[in-house]
This record gives sequence, structure tokens and C-alpha cells, in this order.
Amino acid sequence: MSDQSVDAEEVRHVAALARVDLDEAEVEAFSEQFGEILDAFETLDEVPEIEREDDLENVMRVDEVRESLGQEEALRNAPETEDGYFKGPSVS
Amino acid sequence: MSRIFITEERIEGGDEGPLAGETVAVKDNISTEGVRTTCGSEMLAEYVPPYDATVVERLKEAGATIVGKTNMDEFGMGSTTETSAFGPAPNPAAEGRVPGGSSGGSAAAVAAGDADLALGTDTGGSVRNPAAFCGVVGIKPTYGLVSRYGLVAYANSLEQIGPLAPTVEGAARLLDVIAGPDERDATTREAPRASERRTGDAREAREEGADSDYASAADGDVEGLSIGIPTELVEGADEGVRETFWDAIADLESEGASYHEVSLPSIEHAVAAYYVIAMSEASSNLARFDGVRYGPATEREGDWNEVFAEVRERGFGEEVKRRVLLGTYALSAGYHEKYYKKAQDARAWVERDFEGAFSEADVLASPTMPVPPFEVGESLEDPLQMYLSDANTVPVNLANLPAISVPAGETDGLPVGVQLIGPAFGERRIIRAGSALE
Repeated sequence: MSDQSVDAEEVRHVAALARVDLDEAEVEAFSEQFGEILDAFETLDEVPEIEREDDLENVMRVDEVRESLGQEEALRNAPETEDGYFKGPSVS
Repeated sequence: MSRIFITEERIEGGDEGPLAGETVAVKDNISTEGVRTTCGSEMLAEYVPPYDATVVERLKEAGATIVGKTNMDEFGMGSTTETSAFGPAPNPAAEGRVPGGSSGGSAAAVAAGDADLALGTDTGGSVRNPAAFCGVVGIKPTYGLVSRYGLVAYANSLEQIGPLAPTVEGAARLLDVIAGPDERDATTREAPRASERRTGDAREAREEGADSDYASAADGDVEGLSIGIPTELVEGADEGVRETFWDAIADLESEGASYHEVSLPSIEHAVAAYYVIAMSEASSNLARFDGVRYGPATEREGDWNEVFAEVRERGFGEEVKRRVLLGTYALSAGYHEKYYKKAQDARAWVERDFEGAFSEADVLASPTMPVPPFEVGESLEDPLQMYLSDANTVPVNLANLPAISVPAGETDGLPVGVQLIGPAFGERRIIRAGSALE
């Protein structure tokens, strides 16, 4: 059974951080499921610290102008545009 | 109503090229210029990409005829193709059962004969799982072999586009067309020449350097092949699946291969590590769906955050919300060390375990899925159980390795797949071994 319960308030808090509205039924379902899923993730506590031998290297290319989408094409899927710009809700 | 395609729209191929005269179905998270690409989501129900994914460009250059965009779990999140906003996909090989996910529509298109070949994407098994459930062949390529440019991202560090086909040779031919570096995807690279590799016998030294001729490896020759069998990936499987698996190994033995058991102790942490990493990457990737540049229009008055949250409530299905929220949780203050960092440690451990196993084996073998295809609706009620069903496939994505799923027979009339895993860029090896099972 779940050691780590997640209450409705926490689910609402995470949903607010993720910018996803939830209805009450979803909040209830997720509160029940998240405890169980996070419990399963707890097994990661047994994982030893592993030294990585990654030989990572940056992949760079010259910063040059290339062909790109035109303004009309870039705006084609937007629900609302104005004068060649995307139109979004007010920021505050 | 179940459906294999979300959009059926034909793009006629040319008369020349390796795929001239052949039809290919494309998973609906791969961008096709001028053809709706929904990712199985309400959020993109009307989205029409203004450009082609690199793999689609390569299909066109190869003369392939594209026949449509296949059904999938929403944004690739699911193991049954039941989370699609456009209804589930059927399993032509097992009526009343799911086709597996998330490339279930692509596997079903091939199994039903609606396309000669298909493209899927594999983030934690999403090509191999539906291949196994639908009785077809699927390949998850080495990370970096196939360009992800134009693939709508779910979890970048894990996912690769891969081929599905009725035969190993067919899947390998499609891989030949889509593989290779792409300047628009900096994670792609040339398969290293065999002389630079630590493992491999003389035969492979000749062959793995001869890049991108995968189809010719499907010659069924497994004489001298050494197979490692990770006990952890066999023990937990259903009895009927285990029996079918061991029959397949016996077949390979009779054709000149040998096997030994290996242990990968890190494996029991792979599923948790996979889901923490995939959900974390998903929470970040899906932040782009804010309803401004694409997505459903909203009536609501309010500030940016309120409208943003409302569009996402309407546009995303339950599984997507679950993963975005859990990913946000795992990355949030106080939990990053506990979940995300530990998952990265587990990932490095899995990589190291595989490296050890490949020092003593040419390929590793396991059942692809530990269970036969679920009944429709069976797994939706319990997300954790669904996540656990990916136990045999996710370690491969964590370690960036290639793997193939090949039909191995049936249990109670339901398809069972065998998975063969290779070292990085060892595609020819797993294609050769897989073709010996046909």
C-alpha cells in the first residue's frame, strides 16, 4: 500500500505549476494514483551513485542565415493572429 | 469505433528508388507537409505542419507512397493505443485485444495489409511492443542513427523513429532508407566503423563498417552467434510467453547459435528510472502547447496563465496530464535530487550492465512483452500496471541500444514476440539473428 499519500492540495499545486486546469474528478483520481506511482519510483533510493564515463562533446555549427518558414506559413496554424503576429492573451 | 488511421491521405511516390511501388504508413507524431499531424491529441486536431520530417523527406526520395497517418497513444504516452483522442486502434492479429502502444496504428496497418511498411516511434518500447502484440517485426534503432527532426518530441533523450514490417528484411530495407546523419538533428551521427569498436568478430568487422546496408544482413546465418539471456527479463513473464520464448532460443541453437544466462542487476530499477526521465522530459516538451501558435481557440477571458491552463485542460487527455504533472513533480524543488538525479544514476548503471553483458555475448534475447496482448480496456484503470508492462523494453532506450522484435509464435492463439538487443550500432547483428527466427 501507499506510504506516500499525495493529497488533493498537492495535486492542485503541481497542476498550477504545470499550467493545467483539472476538474474535481481528475484531482481525486490523481491523488489516489500518484501515491502509488511515486512509491514505485521510491525504489530508485536503492540505486548507488554511478560515476559516468560519458565522453560528451558540444556539437556546433556555423551560425549562418538559412532558409526558413515564411511569416504566412509560420502563422498558418495559429487560432488568432493580427497584422502578421501571433495573438495571445494578456500577460497580466 | 476503433481505427488504424487518423488521417487517410495518399502521397504518391516516384517511379524510382528503393521503395518505389511500396506503401508506407506514418505514425501521426511525424510531421508531413500539408497533411494533418495530430499526435493522437485534441490539442493538435487541426494542426497541419508546414514542413516534412527528415524521415518523410527520405521516404519521398526513396519513391515510397505514403498512405496515411496512423493512430497512436496521445503524444506517444501509453502501451495500448487506447489513449488516442480519436479512439483506440484494433489488433488485426488478435480480435478484442489491444494492438499495443504507442505505435499501435502503425503495427496494425502492417498486420492488416493496409500498408507494406510503417514508421513508428520508440521511447520505451513503442515500436517493439505493438510489433509483438500484432505479430509483425519492429526495430528500435541505436540512439542517433535516425534523425528526429520533425518528430513531435515527447522524451528526446530516449526516443527514436523505427520501422515496422511483415518481415525482418522489410524492416531492414526501411531502416536503410531512413538511417544516417542529418544536419538538422545534432544528436545524429555516423555509425562508427567496426575497427573503432571494442566488440565484434571478424565478420562484423567487415560488415558493421559497411554502413547502411541493413537489408543484406537478413540472411538467417547465426552459426557461432553467442546469445546472452538476462534472467531478470524472462522470470517475470507469463508461462505461455516463456515457453514460446525458449522454443525460439532452441530454434536458434539448432541453427548453430549458443546461449548462456546473464544477470543485469540494474534492470529492476529501469522502469522507475525510465518513467521519471520520460515524464520529466515530457513536462518540459509539452510546455510548448500553450494554444497560441497552434491548438484550439478558447473563449475564456483572462490572463496568460489562466488561458494557458484552460487550453491545456481541454486539449490534453488524462494520460498526458498524468505524465506532465508527475514530471513537473519530479523536477520541482525538493524532489529533483530524490527522483530525477537518482534516475540518471540508474540510467548510467543500466548502460554499464549492458556493456558488461556484451563483453560475453553478441546479442541479448528476451520476450519483447512479458504478457500476451491485453483485452481492450483492461489496463486503463491501473496506470501503474500498464507502466510495469514495459519492463523488458525500457532498459534498451535508457542505454541507447538497438533492438528488434520478431514474431516467435503464439500462446493460446495470441502473438508473442522475441526481442534481440545489440550493442550500439549493432543493427546488422540483431537483423541477422532476427531473420533466423523467421
